[in-house]
Amino acid sequence: MSPAPGITLAGRASIDGAPLFAPLGLTLPAGRWTCLLGGSGVGKSTVLRLICGLPTGARFDGTITATDAAPIPDRVAYMAQDDLLLPWASVCDNIRLGARLRGQPADADRLAHILGRVGLSDHAHKKPGALSGGQRQRVALARTLMEDKPIILLDEPFSALDAQTRAAMQELAVELLRGRTVLVVTHDPGEAARLGHAILVLTAGGVTPCPPPAAAIPRPVDDLETLQCQAALLRQLRDAA
Amino acid sequence: MKYASGLVAVGFALVLWQGIVTLTGLPKFILPGPLLVAETWWTNRLLIAEHTLITAMEVLIGLGIGTALGIASAIYLASSRIGRLVIQPVLVFTQALPVFALAPILTLWLGFGLGSKIAMAVLIIYFPVTSSFCDGLMRTPQGLLDLSQTMQAGRWRTLWLIRIPAALPSLGSGIRLAAVYAPIGAVIGEWVGASRGLGYLMLLANGRAKTDLMFAAMLTLGVFAVLLHLLVHLATRHLGASLEERG
Repeated sequence: MSPAPGITLAGRASIDGAPLFAPLGLTLPAGRWTCLLGGSGVGKSTVLRLICGLPTGARFDGTITATDAAPIPDRVAYMAQDDLLLPWASVCDNIRLGARLRGQPADADRLAHILGRVGLSDHAHKKPGALSGGQRQRVALARTLMEDKPIILLDEPFSALDAQTRAAMQELAVELLRGRTVLVVTHDPGEAARLGHAILVLTAGGVTPCPPPAAAIPRPVDDLETLQCQAALLRQLRDAA
Repeated sequence: MKYASGLVAVGFALVLWQGIVTLTGLPKFILPGPLLVAETWWTNRLLIAEHTLITAMEVLIGLGIGTALGIASAIYLASSRIGRLVIQPVLVFTQALPVFALAPILTLWLGFGLGSKIAMAVLIIYFPVTSSFCDGLMRTPQGLLDLSQTMQAGRWRTLWLIRIPAALPSLGSGIRLAAVYAPIGAVIGEWVGASRGLGYLMLLANGRAKTDLMFAAMLTLGVFAVLLHLLVHLATRHLGASLEERG
């Protein structure tokens, strides 16, 4: 994996002339987790899709640059709320989908290692339909890891999971994605408070940075400062609405 | 359960049919009863089998060629914007032409043998297969396409590994529809000009007022069409499963 760069996005977006978000600037520090928190429809997924180089349906005027000035889209691994597993392919084939789509051989040792780390070694040959929601999302995380990219973009990755599975997945993701530049788009103040080295609140008025709690991520769910941060973030979202 | 209730319905229809014939005393060249039709079917079983074989061959070959052409066209249309813009309207227009109107000219071009009937079957099933499969290929979930784009996937690999497998259920329904239409195409072809096949036999029997033989041939065609539908239903279910195994 190449070293993880920082990323800066500056600009505005509009859909059919109506502004989606006002001119804003946001920075993802290199090798750190940044949480972009916002309600529905403020354009937070658009920000993530712009960085991925995915179609957004919005017109973006501005720049997206990496600190090392190299192109971004081919250094990105993407994970969404929907696990996006191919129902007809085995867990293994889903994890090495990227290599198969590029026509490259997949590293079998690496695959076995990653399967072990997400705790799915016994499920390698099952189809996604035979797995629970949490297991499926672990397969999606393994697929993201298998890509071995320095920039990881997570679009509401854990919001479809129940509370305890979500907490476990957050911890696993932090452990496995250490050292990469991670952007988590979320509507959950608790998730932002737990996971962000940097926390950015996106509202119609623009981006507001929020000071993160002092503890290292993933912050304990019962950490007082984290809970206070969560409350402050929720207040900020409600005031903006 | 489904089949049991189907058999009961068929039995009821046969009893009703025989009842009408017996009560009204209709002459047998107008409406023969099911008992007479069964008897005629049995005495002419070799003749009917011979003609069924011909029609079955036309239908199966037509189904194979039509499906293959449909699959190829759908893949082309799904991967080419220009193809969709230029060729799709032409396809829809050709569907507005009644296939029946083409039968005489096909007979003129391809003769009285199998060729013109196979061509009719191909023409009639090509569109449903193309259109359902192409619809399926165009409806790949956007999330999967996003994922493959972030993975720097090639266009053809995305097609082969994601879009085609995701569209197989649509292909299955297209082929099932084709299996219902294919016998219609073949029989229309036989009506217009043939010396063999169930359609020819029906026309022949009708012309000689052998209405019982006509009914026997028609019911044989019906049973064949239902069997073909069942067979194709099973086969397309298997097709989906085997491609799932491939992964």
